[in-house]
This record gives sequence, structure tokens and C-alpha cells, in this order.
Amino acid sequence: MNQQRREFLKRAGLAGLAGLGAVAGIIPTFALEKTDPSVFSNRPVPGATRWGMLIDTRKCRDGCDECVAACHRTHNVPDFGDSKNEIKWIWKAPYEKAFPTSSRQFGSRNLDGLEVLTLCNHCAEPPCTKACPTKATFRRWDGIVAMDYHRCIGCRFCMAACPYGSRSFNWLDPRPAIETYSPDYPTRERGVVEKCNFCSERLVKGLQPACVEACRGKAITFGDLNDPESAIRTMLAENETVQRKPELGTLPSVFYII
Amino acid sequence: MIEKALKGNRTYWSWVALLCVIIAAGLSAWSRQLNLGLGVTGMGRDISWGIYIAQFTFLVGVAASAVMVVLPYYLHNQKAFSKIVIVGEFLAVSAAAMCMLFILADMGKPQRVLNVLRYPSPRSMVFWDVLALNGYLLLNLVGGWAVLGAERKGVPPAPWTRALIYLSIPWAFSIHTVTAFLYAGLPGRHLWLTAVLAPRFLASAFAAGTAVLILLAFILKKRAGYDVGGEAVRKLAVLCAYAGTANFFLLGTEFFTAFYSNVPGHMHSLQHLYFGLHGHAQFVPWMWLSLLSGLGAVAVLLSPALRSSTPWLLGACSVLVFSIWIDKGVGLVIGGFLPTPLEEIVDYVPTVTEIGVTLGIWAVGLLLLTMLLKVVVDVRTRD
Repeated sequence: MNQQRREFLKRAGLAGLAGLGAVAGIIPTFALEKTDPSVFSNRPVPGATRWGMLIDTRKCRDGCDECVAACHRTHNVPDFGDSKNEIKWIWKAPYEKAFPTSSRQFGSRNLDGLEVLTLCNHCAEPPCTKACPTKATFRRWDGIVAMDYHRCIGCRFCMAACPYGSRSFNWLDPRPAIETYSPDYPTRERGVVEKCNFCSERLVKGLQPACVEACRGKAITFGDLNDPESAIRTMLAENETVQRKPELGTLPSVFYII
Repeated sequence: MIEKALKGNRTYWSWVALLCVIIAAGLSAWSRQLNLGLGVTGMGRDISWGIYIAQFTFLVGVAASAVMVVLPYYLHNQKAFSKIVIVGEFLAVSAAAMCMLFILADMGKPQRVLNVLRYPSPRSMVFWDVLALNGYLLLNLVGGWAVLGAERKGVPPAPWTRALIYLSIPWAFSIHTVTAFLYAGLPGRHLWLTAVLAPRFLASAFAAGTAVLILLAFILKKRAGYDVGGEAVRKLAVLCAYAGTANFFLLGTEFFTAFYSNVPGHMHSLQHLYFGLHGHAQFVPWMWLSLLSGLGAVAVLLSPALRSSTPWLLGACSVLVFSIWIDKGVGLVIGGFLPTPLEEIVDYVPTVTEIGVTLGIWAVGLLLLTMLLKVVVDVRTRD
């Protein structure tokens, strides 16, 4: 009797697993997201990639926000029209707000009214992932600081821990506030935190991040910081660049040419 | 023993009924928040924790202060505290329960709360705080209840109760230290990024907590005929005076370090709270009210003549609790978010829903405390 029951449970379990596997195969959204680093790097060794971004503010045009629009459209970022409930993945901020500790006494005229792109820095030492009590936000093997919207309990500890204000919380149901729905990225529920994901869902397909693609001035360079041959590393070697709040030891993966 | 909380006179039941009405109002506010999201509160993208986490932080202190009676009684055999020890322990139980409810109320996805245990993350201070708070609640509830039960039966308490009580002493320090570490380890939040945060939390906790205990002792004497003894209250008043002094001393050291060093990041939050920054001065009147009233209360408590007069003592204790509640709640938690990481100042005003949930949780805590203390009073005064 017991033996039979055991056999039955075994088979039922196997059948269930097989079913799940089939579902994952048939419906791509069920499959776990995998990034193929070989698309961007010629060193396809897992653990060796660290995605990074270099923003050349000299090429970034005043009043243009196409990268912001492209990102928010791609990721179904809602627009509530007020700053209290606002959700943003990438946005333009005045230079002195993005770099509050930089010297402004007798500053260059070029900095007057300069607006710079700000987004999640995908830090190599992220304070947010350390603060998360459920590992709902975590640093992936390729350096991307990712979110698991299904695990997040909405405690907002990561928001308190982020020194860049890069994280947003869904204070209200985001779905009614999405203007045009994009089928390429899941919408979120109210009560969870979200932020820039370096377009990990586009990297899987071998695409550049949406903001990089949308920028007509080619102001954003994206690539593997751990690959000395990559375009981003070449540019970093040839230009004077800065990171936001480097004194905090978070090791941001987003660099700027001012 | 719990049946003793179900028998009482008209005043007792009126008080319980009042608390139940407030709890019902709180539940209705909470259901609105659950249905619509935390957007119904005054919190937002920049000030992402509000009065819930502020109450939580204040109440962890009240919970920790039980050690101020447990330690002298069990470790130093101070017999004067024999009747107030159980009051301190049950106050800790109620305060710890409120803390957990405030955390739950603050969560975007409260239905996922067990994820904290399903995916234990020892690098996160919340993980340790959940363990510390739950452990502390259980230690005090089980320890206090067992001692009281033994007393009711007229037998000495079981030896294991003593082990629990001894454990609760370091545990009390740990809950407030870990709570301070929730804040003190975050880069870029300069008001919190200070090594004296944990000592300051302990000092303010021991000041506010003993003040609450003194007030409770008077209520119990007047309303329930349970006298913890004048000696206990006198000793608590002295502890309260010195803990309050330590608290303001530590606050003073914060001011010195920030303003003497002249480092803008270290000054900005204090400037914003006490003097206003970039034309924003929302908290300034509150912070000065807290500072001046708190210093006044400590001065009264330090004077032996004044603190032995009941009206002065009760007045000073009430004012000190209020002062620390503003300082630790409004100032420290909410003020810690300002200026924001992008050097902006935004305003925060709690909504009616938020205040409703807050009052509801306070009422749950008071109801729990009322019932626990009713059991204590009935067991102790039955002859």
C-alpha cells in the first residue's frame, strides 16, 4: 500500500516537473531569463562580465529626453504626474544635484544649467542589495543589480540605502498609469520597488539598452567594463571621467564625461 | 490566568471598549491602505518612510527599557523593583508587539512578510531585527507570565525562568542596537551615518522608557489600586534623569562634530531640522519644542526637590516622553531622508488614513498592555 503510494507520488512529481518544463519551453516568459555575454564580449566566461555605461554629457542635447521616453515606454513605467508617487528609471537632473559634492566655487561656465542623465549605477558594492531582507534585489553574475518583483516585500529598505535616489516604489497600482503598454517587459504590481535593470531583457536578445539605442547624439556607450578591449574601456582610458559620489565606496558602473 | 483580563468593573470595560473602537477605525484605515496602496499615506519617492517607521523606532526603545527594572532587580537584587519588574516586562511585550504591527503596516506587500524567513539574508539588518524583536517579545512574555503564574500558585518560579530573564538583559541592549544599525550603516544618509546612533538610541530609550514606566506606576496606583512602591518610582526617576542627560549629551556631540568640522554633508540634515535649509523649515518648530522641553524635563528630574514632588515628576516624565518621541520619530527617521540624495528638500505630512492606522496600532498595544496588567493586578491583589 505504502509502496504504491510512494510510487504514485514519485510519478506524479516527475510528471509535474515535466509539465512545468514543457510550459517553460512553449511559453518563453516562463523560462528563466538568461543573458548571453558572448553577444557583447569576446570573453564569454561567466562571472567575468561587468556591464557598465559611459555617458558623454557633451553630446547629450539640451531639452532632449528621448532616452528617458524610450526607457519608460519599453519598461511600462507608469506616469502619475506628481513627484510624490513618481516612478523613474532614468531621468535628467541638474549637474549640481547629480554631483552634490563636486566643487562649484568659481566653476566652469559649461556647468551652468547642465543637465545630466541619472539612473541606477549598478554598483559593484551595492548598499541596496546588502540592505534587502529577502534578496529580492541582488547583484547578478554580470554586474547588473536586478530586482525580483515577486519576492520584494515592499519594505523600501533598498530605497533608504541607495545614495543616488535611483529606486522607486509603486505607491499606487501602476497599471492604469501606463500610457502605451509594451508587451516586451512585465508590468509591476503596487507595493514593490523597481529601478533600471540595464535592459537585461534586451541584452538576452543581443540588443543594446533602450536608452543607448534611442540616443541620437550617441552620448551613451554601453559595454563590458571587465573587457580591456571593449569600446567603453578604451573611452575610459582616453578620457577624464567621473562617477557619482565615489567617496561612498559603492563603485558605480556608470561613468560620466562632463 | 488570562481569564482575569475578562473580568472587570465598568471603568475597565469602558476603557477596553474605547480601545476597540479605535482599533476598528484603524482596521478600516488599514483596509483602505491595502486596497489602494501606500500612496494613501504622506510618504513618497523621497521620504519613503514616515510615521509608521518613526513609531517603530520609538517603541523599540520603550520595549528595551524593561531592562532598566529587570537588570537592577535580578542582577543587583534591588528589592525595591520587585513589584514593577513585571510591569516593565509586560510593557516590553506590548511595545514589541506594536513594533511588529508598525513594520507590517509599512510594508508594500504584507502578505509576503514570511519571505524574510524563507530567504534569510544575514547581511541585511532587518533580518537580525526581526529575530531580535520576536525573541525579545517571547522572552519577556514567557518569563513574566511564568513568574506570575508561579506566584499565583504560591510556589517559587521554575529555574528556567531565571535563565530566560538573564538572557533578556543583553537581548534588550541588542534590540535597540540592531535597530540603530538599520540606519547607521547606510552610506549617503548623513544624519544616520554616525557611530553614536546606537548609544543615543539606548540613552533615549532608557529615558523615555523609564518615564513611561513611572507614568504607568501612577496610573496603576490611582486606577487599579496597585502600588509599586515609592522607592521604585524614586529610583526610576533618578535613572530617567541620567539617561535623559546622556541622550542630550550625545545629541550635543552630533552638533559639535557636524558644525565644527564644517563638512556640508554632515551639517545639512541638522541644519534642515533645527534651522531650515533652502527655505524649508517644516521641522524647525518641532525640533526646538523637543529640544527645549526635553532639556527642561531633564533639569526637573535632576533636581531632587522637584522630582520628589508628584506633579513635577509626572509633568517632567510626560514632557520627556513627548520630547523624545518627536526627536526620534519625526526628527531622526523622517528628517534622515532630507536633503534627499539629489540635495532636494521635500515636505511630508501624514494623511488621515496614515494617522488612523497609527492610532489603531497604538490602541492594539494599549489593549494588550491593559489586559496583561489586569492579570498582574488581579494576581497580586487578590487577597
